[in-house]
Amino acid sequence: MIDLLQQRQLEVAKEFEFFEDWMERYEHIIELGKELAPIFEADKLDENLIRGCQSRVWLLAVKDDEGNVQFRADSDAIITKGLAALMVRVLNGLTPKEIAQANLWFIEKIGLDAHLSPTRANGLRSMVQQMKHYGIAFQAKV
Amino acid sequence: MSKAIDPAALRAQFPILNREVNGKPLVYLDHAASSQKPIAVIEAQREYLMHYHANVHRGVHALSQQATDAFENARTIVQRHIHAAESCEVIWTAGATDAINLVMQTWGRDQISRGDTILLTRMEHHANIVPWQMLADEVGASVDVVEVKDDGNLDDEQLRQKLALGPKLFAFTHVSNTLGTVNDAKELTRQAKAAGIAVLIDGCQAVPHMEVDVQDLDCDFYIFSGHKAYGPTGIGVLYGKRELLESMRPWRGGGEMIDVVSLEDGTTYAGLPHKFEAGTPHISGAIALGVALNWLNGIGAEAIMDHETTLAAHARNGLRSIEGIRFIGSSASAAGVVSFVVDGTHPYDIGTLLDSQGVAVRTGHHCTQPLMERYGISGTVRASFGAYNTLHEVDTFVAGTIRAVRMLRD
Repeated sequence: MIDLLQQRQLEVAKEFEFFEDWMERYEHIIELGKELAPIFEADKLDENLIRGCQSRVWLLAVKDDEGNVQFRADSDAIITKGLAALMVRVLNGLTPKEIAQANLWFIEKIGLDAHLSPTRANGLRSMVQQMKHYGIAFQAKV
Repeated sequence: MSKAIDPAALRAQFPILNREVNGKPLVYLDHAASSQKPIAVIEAQREYLMHYHANVHRGVHALSQQATDAFENARTIVQRHIHAAESCEVIWTAGATDAINLVMQTWGRDQISRGDTILLTRMEHHANIVPWQMLADEVGASVDVVEVKDDGNLDDEQLRQKLALGPKLFAFTHVSNTLGTVNDAKELTRQAKAAGIAVLIDGCQAVPHMEVDVQDLDCDFYIFSGHKAYGPTGIGVLYGKRELLESMRPWRGGGEMIDVVSLEDGTTYAGLPHKFEAGTPHISGAIALGVALNWLNGIGAEAIMDHETTLAAHARNGLRSIEGIRFIGSSASAAGVVSFVVDGTHPYDIGTLLDSQGVAVRTGHHCTQPLMERYGISGTVRASFGAYNTLHEVDTFVAGTIRAVRMLRD
């Protein structure tokens, strides 16, 4: 049986398959960003900010009643928000362990791996790191 | 009357401009961050490394003498380019930041003490802010600023008031990297000098675009970097008046900057300019910067300024149709820089979408965070032009921006 993480990554990969150039990819990422529910203004705290981005990115995580992780994310730049939406979609509701150990192959598959370089200012790398940190932290907290 | 620029002929001299980015022809509009290099500059570095690399000033052998001649000849080219009185007033540094730090560490430490004020402007690059803050913190001095008006010009009235308070140093930029504002450096210097205040001018954005005459300006220090003036990275220039440089202690110690070294009797230092050039310098960088300045001279400062101003005006005209666009800095004397924000969009998004269309612009605070704060924004999109940019490229940039804004808003 194929697990949820794999299934979601396959879905995203399929969605991006037919885009011919970067403008089309970005168009889709922008759409995803617009669809992602914004977080409350009250949650836009410095402690929820991810460092190392030209835009501001907020990431929040809680453990739900089943022990799975629920993420919420937002950004003042819409492309960054779209990247956050993709990450939330792929990782939301998984167990802390699944998140901490996730092999996120879809990022390379859809051509966003260049955006993972530490020199890129869009925050995707920091976002992935921070989400995994939450996974590790929630694993430790029993 | 200078000859107008023929961008097509110029472009042929820039190999990098032939490349594609994201499948589109590169449109490079980030000149203010770093200019691309003409083949003459690239060849000068290659020629040096291929045929006469050796350490300078020390060898009796042919290569060393040839390298030394070329290295010192480049100094003379800089001297003539900025109209310094003598070539010993031209100090090689690792860049503009390094040059400002040199002045801070030597002149600054000797002249600035507890209770003194260092006067800057709101439009300074971080490189002309942070070293002075560090010095002020260390010695108990303070940093004050002349504010910028809405149109991107300095507040002249406030400047007069702040100069009257008797700061020890007035350090300001000749041309703003973010706004394009060209300060009347001669008048600012005149006012400061009349009050007995030392003057340092950051010329990074001036040297590539206009005629600079340090004697006419009458400033004490003038600094600029090589890589923004079509030269290599890692090389920059500190110009200082001779008496001033002579009175200053060396900063970095090491080889090259010495007269006699004795473990028993101590060390005496070399004269100008080598006193400030410890260690093996960036020889190929200096030589190639000389070539770059000669290349600039061949085109003519006036022609370059005319061309870039035309491009910037063309860009502003095209962008003006975007609803909610706000140009940051609208000084009548703006150089080839167009900085803007668009309501409801983030500069990063516009920059990313332009990049995917092959257009390279800068987004963010451009190392001028205090200026961003002044305008109540976190950053701008900045297009900055060089001699090799064309009207057609500006059209591509404008169309790309319009497309990006539409995508972001729809």
